[in-house]
Amino acid sequence: MTTTETGYVGSALDRVDALEKITGRARYAYENSPRDLVYAVPVQATIARGEIIEVDVDAVLKHPGVVTAIWHGNAPRLAPSDDAELAVLQSRRVAYRGQYIAVVVAETYEDAREAAGLIHVQYAAEEHDVELRPDHARLYRPDYVNANYPADVELGDPDAALAHAPVVVDAVYSTPAEHNNPIEPHATVALWDGDGLTIYDSTQGASALRMAVAPLFGMPPAQVRVISPYVGGGFGSKGRAHPHVILAALAAKQVGRPVKLAVTRRQMFAVTGYRTPTIQRVRLGAEADGRLTAITHDVYEQSSTISEFAEQTAVPTRMMYAAPHRRTTHRLVRLDVPTPSWMRAPGEAPGMFALESAMDELAIACGVDPVELRVRNEPASDPDTGLPFSSRNLVACLREGARRFGWAGRDPEPGTRLRGRLLLGTGVAASTYPAYRASSAASARAEPDGGFTVRIAAADIGTGARTILTQIAADALRTSPGMVVMEIGDSALPRAGVAGGSMGTASWGTAVVRACEALVEELERRGGVVPPGGIESAADTKQEVRSQEKFARHAFGAQFAEVGVDADTGETRVLRLLGVFAAGRIINPKTARSQFIGGMTMGLSMALLEESIMDRQFGDYLNRDLAQYHVAANADVRDIQAFWLDEEDPHLNPMGAKGIGEIGIVGTAAAVANAVHHATGFRIRDLPIRLDKLVR
Amino acid sequence: MKGEANTTRGDAATAPITVELELSVNDQRYPVTVDTRETLLDTLRERLDLTGSKKGCDHGQCGACTVLADGRRVKSCLTLTVTVDDVSVTTVEGLAGAGGLHPLQEAFVEHDAFQCGYCTPGQLCSAVGMLAEAEEGWPSLVTPGIAAVTGPVELDDDEIRERMSGNLCRCGAYPGIVAAIRQVAK
Repeated sequence: MTTTETGYVGSALDRVDALEKITGRARYAYENSPRDLVYAVPVQATIARGEIIEVDVDAVLKHPGVVTAIWHGNAPRLAPSDDAELAVLQSRRVAYRGQYIAVVVAETYEDAREAAGLIHVQYAAEEHDVELRPDHARLYRPDYVNANYPADVELGDPDAALAHAPVVVDAVYSTPAEHNNPIEPHATVALWDGDGLTIYDSTQGASALRMAVAPLFGMPPAQVRVISPYVGGGFGSKGRAHPHVILAALAAKQVGRPVKLAVTRRQMFAVTGYRTPTIQRVRLGAEADGRLTAITHDVYEQSSTISEFAEQTAVPTRMMYAAPHRRTTHRLVRLDVPTPSWMRAPGEAPGMFALESAMDELAIACGVDPVELRVRNEPASDPDTGLPFSSRNLVACLREGARRFGWAGRDPEPGTRLRGRLLLGTGVAASTYPAYRASSAASARAEPDGGFTVRIAAADIGTGARTILTQIAADALRTSPGMVVMEIGDSALPRAGVAGGSMGTASWGTAVVRACEALVEELERRGGVVPPGGIESAADTKQEVRSQEKFARHAFGAQFAEVGVDADTGETRVLRLLGVFAAGRIINPKTARSQFIGGMTMGLSMALLEESIMDRQFGDYLNRDLAQYHVAANADVRDIQAFWLDEEDPHLNPMGAKGIGEIGIVGTAAAVANAVHHATGFRIRDLPIRLDKLVR
Repeated sequence: MKGEANTTRGDAATAPITVELELSVNDQRYPVTVDTRETLLDTLRERLDLTGSKKGCDHGQCGACTVLADGRRVKSCLTLTVTVDDVSVTTVEGLAGAGGLHPLQEAFVEHDAFQCGYCTPGQLCSAVGMLAEAEEGWPSLVTPGIAAVTGPVELDDDEIRERMSGNLCRCGAYPGIVAAIRQVAK
């Protein structure tokens, strides 16, 4: 495998789309207004389970400006889909409260919204079940959990090992449902013409969205074009097609005019995905010196009745620490709830909260420093697969973090440091995230004016992808970033994998490098002469990705937190957060720091604030806006720092880079919870760390 | 309210009530006919094609829609358009002057004070309004001697964080936002 020449990769280039974003010129999905457009406002189910008996749209249709109302009784038929969430308005059944049951189309947004409120729906409601419990009668083992991992893995005899272990930690941890809440709500503008369907959408994957939408309307993918140059955050929630995209396309087809549909913030809590709540039992068996002999991690989580989404919560536990006896299991229950979806570090974020909290409990039980405990349990190869790690620098991250944070000499005694009204404490946790790579295609074109155009249907959801791909292309083309125009965010460009799984840089970067290499070769063959029409080369990495060497590829990190807990009110503040990461080569230190810090900030938010509360009576999430679902605000984030090690890993991709979009959130909540224990002596095993859990 | 046609709610046959007015946005005059239910945010985005101001929650909770009304920061999603016909509105599109970008815009790029860019227009407008508030001696919750403030408030990091907490950034660009504003405040 080749490595790109050192040049612009590694430099702190300003974002290439900065000017568009700071001047308001960047146009996001809903900001496209085709001529003759109409506005669509969806109507959501007000029962959690049952059947629609009657839909009365008389008042809706009499309302001025209304073009039509569409419900299951008059909706165009869609072709069957693997994803039942996308079969919008196709049946009388209601699978969860908030599911789309109709859509009202009108000349203005105001008219559509007012008219949508005039629809009258009669239901036959059935008793619903929306509560995740570890003793639920309908728990089952899914065939696979996400990313195609087996649901259960067992090695050795963990039960016997636990029975004989001198030290045992056995605890249940839980994490609530959480909603991604990107600041740009999901939105779609759909437009049909002679060539098919064009969708302006806020998506993390234009190519994937096209593949999901086209078959529903009985068309080949080539007849759907998804345009999404700017995406206002996603954090997983824009990774897969959600039903509003289909609703907009269906409405546009029905009325024969372009349709604009914005999902409101309140609607987002039912229809754009969320992180499943989890209940996790972790048992650790160890020798007196803290060396692990057994690890078990049993996870309970939910999905909807119509679609299986099995979060891979215990999967990181399979490769984190050495222990001869181990078992990890996942059990799901299908409830009358919306289908969960991806949210930043699905699996790792909740799973590592449990594991890394348990490791802290073990450190205390053994009287071993928590940094040292993790060092002692460092495996030589991947404990799950037996494969060698392509690189694993967890220990170096822990050591470097401890040095920078000032960990040495920490008094482990909890609840003894009072400054004013604040109880102070510090905590540490490890983080990790897999280094995946998916195949993609790209093209590179030499223009007659000496510039280059590089094309790939990648997405920049704020990660800096447009910028770092420009740097990667510039190096591969032996030119400067100013000579490269990077075109992304359009399914008409060469096919690209989704911006998810922290694999954008690896997947798209590989394709960009290969396309640029091919172009450089072609130019050399022509003696450097660019014909008047320009010249283009393309690459597809399907074969390269499929035939890559077998290694366990993961990024690692260490997170350190200092908290102050008000001794009277229990209010917890994170005073300091410091992360050190080993994630291969860092392409752009400026955007990378923002990615790490952004992830850590969301981890802080997860630790202290984020919680979607299920209303058992009505069967939906109760807190449906940003006044009730709290995310970290500016004043919540004080001293936060991210560092990284120089890590050379020749077994990854031409850039030598691992993904960094998600690892920042992994382990943060555990570091904070461990610091809260150190500050107060209270072990909070149920996120978030609300003050009522600390005041007893 | 019987007898007053056009104000009856819930009557499906009633046409929307519209008002003609002339808006002043970024020193330009825009004659428009607006629905009385229309917010300033929707008028800017849907009628004037000034899409820089963003809709994040439509409830005044996220700050993405922040614009300046006669120099004061307001949430345009909570402002009915009919109430601003005599007000000079500045949006992100109007921050840069003839001489180039506003210093805050330049500082945002330098400090990578944004990622996805969707909250950025609101952050920028909010920061412009906030600097003026501090200059005029408006105290915040964290201003020492809150009642006795007479002159301009010096903006340290705590002050900036407190005063900018009405603008959410889900990407977590807060440290960059604070650094950018601090640089300009000095």
